[in-house]
Amino acid sequence: MNSVITASSYVLVHTPDMVLHNGTTITTEKIVNPESEYLKELPKHIRSYEDVIAYAPNQTYIGNMTPEELAAMPQPWYDTKVEAKREGKFGEILPQDEFYMLMQICDVFDLLVLEKGFAAATKEKFVKNPAVIPSMVEKIKEGVDLAEIEALVNDEHAEGLYMDGKLVGAVKRAHDVDTNLTAHVMHENLVSKASSVLALIHLIKNSGIDASEIDYVIDCSEEACGDMNQRGGGNFAKAAAEIAGLTGASGEDVRGFCAAPTHAMITAAALVKAGVYKHVAVTAGGCTAKLGMNSKDHVKKGLPALEDCLGGFSVLVSENDGVNPEINLDICGRHTVGTGSSPQAVINSLVAAPLDKVGMKIVDIDKFSPEMQNPDITKPAGAGDVPLANYKMIGALAVTRHEIERADLAAFPEKHGLVGWAPTQGHIPSGVPYIGFCRQDILDGKIKNAMIVGKGSLFLGRMTNLFDGVSFVIQGNSGASAASAMDEAEVKNMIAKAMKQFALSLMEGEEEQ
Amino acid sequence: MDLENQKRVKDLAEANGPENIIVILGASESEAAGLSAETVTAGDPTFAGPLAGVSLGLRVYHVCEPEIKAEIPADLYEEQIGMMEMVLDVDSIASEMKSIRDQYCKY
Repeated sequence: MNSVITASSYVLVHTPDMVLHNGTTITTEKIVNPESEYLKELPKHIRSYEDVIAYAPNQTYIGNMTPEELAAMPQPWYDTKVEAKREGKFGEILPQDEFYMLMQICDVFDLLVLEKGFAAATKEKFVKNPAVIPSMVEKIKEGVDLAEIEALVNDEHAEGLYMDGKLVGAVKRAHDVDTNLTAHVMHENLVSKASSVLALIHLIKNSGIDASEIDYVIDCSEEACGDMNQRGGGNFAKAAAEIAGLTGASGEDVRGFCAAPTHAMITAAALVKAGVYKHVAVTAGGCTAKLGMNSKDHVKKGLPALEDCLGGFSVLVSENDGVNPEINLDICGRHTVGTGSSPQAVINSLVAAPLDKVGMKIVDIDKFSPEMQNPDITKPAGAGDVPLANYKMIGALAVTRHEIERADLAAFPEKHGLVGWAPTQGHIPSGVPYIGFCRQDILDGKIKNAMIVGKGSLFLGRMTNLFDGVSFVIQGNSGASAASAMDEAEVKNMIAKAMKQFALSLMEGEEEQ
Repeated sequence: MDLENQKRVKDLAEANGPENIIVILGASESEAAGLSAETVTAGDPTFAGPLAGVSLGLRVYHVCEPEIKAEIPADLYEEQIGMMEMVLDVDSIASEMKSIRDQYCKY
């Protein structure tokens, strides 16, 4: 029996200072071109928290606007403000100061210190967050003197944490010589873990199930944790589950660059369908390296540096309840070693080949969710509208397969596609941003199915020149739940018993009369 | 063009002679194609990579330009590129590429 999507969560973290201190475009420029005009200009292009929460793609990411509402707004979107809400149907947009506190809660090795005054002031705000659980509040530590933090950053290779350019904390290195435990790596990993925790606590809140009921967590971010003897040993999933209070869970990390979330969803669906676990949470935190990735182009064109938020998401895959949308693993696409790298070979392997297996056509899928990057970010950087390019390719494949006329190609993206709203955080925009809306659209009867497509650039790791991708289909529930199938005999038995009792009571009644 | 690819192009040009190298691009946007073409001809416009200030002046084409298309068997081209050709703005890419070649190409 197919597994179902019970709940999802989507979170953003506004990190203006991390853009300037941790984004690789910026850190690289500081090495190769420290006096550049771009580095001088960039701070003027950093957005305020108020602007970030009034940004339409961000409000879409956390569920306050639908993709259709976003699509109805003329592009570009960065110069239009919408209703600014911190909390949304799927999650929230966390400000940077509260995120530093969350990172401190996630640090179980005393590596992160916050300045006394900053810690006290932020704690007051932090504890009011309805998604935060009591065990997290208990982990908040007192701050330290600023002089101690300055010494750590200046003399001990610690990574500084800044608010409006002011030093308010630091992440220490976890080892003197191990390059996998430097302050830079610990900072990057704590950020990934903390933003994953944020997504998980919202998932618990949205799902309504008890945190202890989750059996397994799969992390699908792009970071690696381990020491010099096991660089990618893991396990972000279990580490985040611990802080989020998932006491009944174990977990694992699934990696595959931007394709990882889709690989993880397929793994989760298979584990549940096989009966190994009842509830599996797929989760990912965000990535500091990609903050401000295209900011050179944004600065050059006079735009705000739009890549100022970390992204995170979680999806709960559960045993079939007879209601929620199902993951159909019979329609599972994959880019194989032998597929080849031409775009049509890639799209064919991910979209058409799995549909052929079950006798379906491309046009039988109501919505496709491929790479859902926000075009506001990518278009000024010369990368075009990424989701639109994907829809054109899927439509062109439908033309070559004689499913639609060439004249209908122009209408294909609007009919079967969506606009992009996700931040360019690698794995975050890949296929999964639509799962939350998709679940609702199927429950509301707006669509009958959708295909989630994840693609990944494996060649970036220099281990292979290959590309990768996988896909699966979400469809309406057939109505038969796991519980109903398993307990049919029991139900019959109960009805028989009830009938017998009823008959007996009738007979007793007759005797009394 | 990322820093590693710039290094590979530079090394190949040095090893084989720039006059013996043709760079073929597959970018999906004219602007991105133009930036890569500029990098291997005039030098890295972002001044970040190994080709910053290095004007190799290489011959550079997009795979959808007629000069390259003519070199490839029609059935193979249709199989590998046909779908993308349908999707891309080939005219705008070709005009951007020609403009870069006219300005900076040395061969």
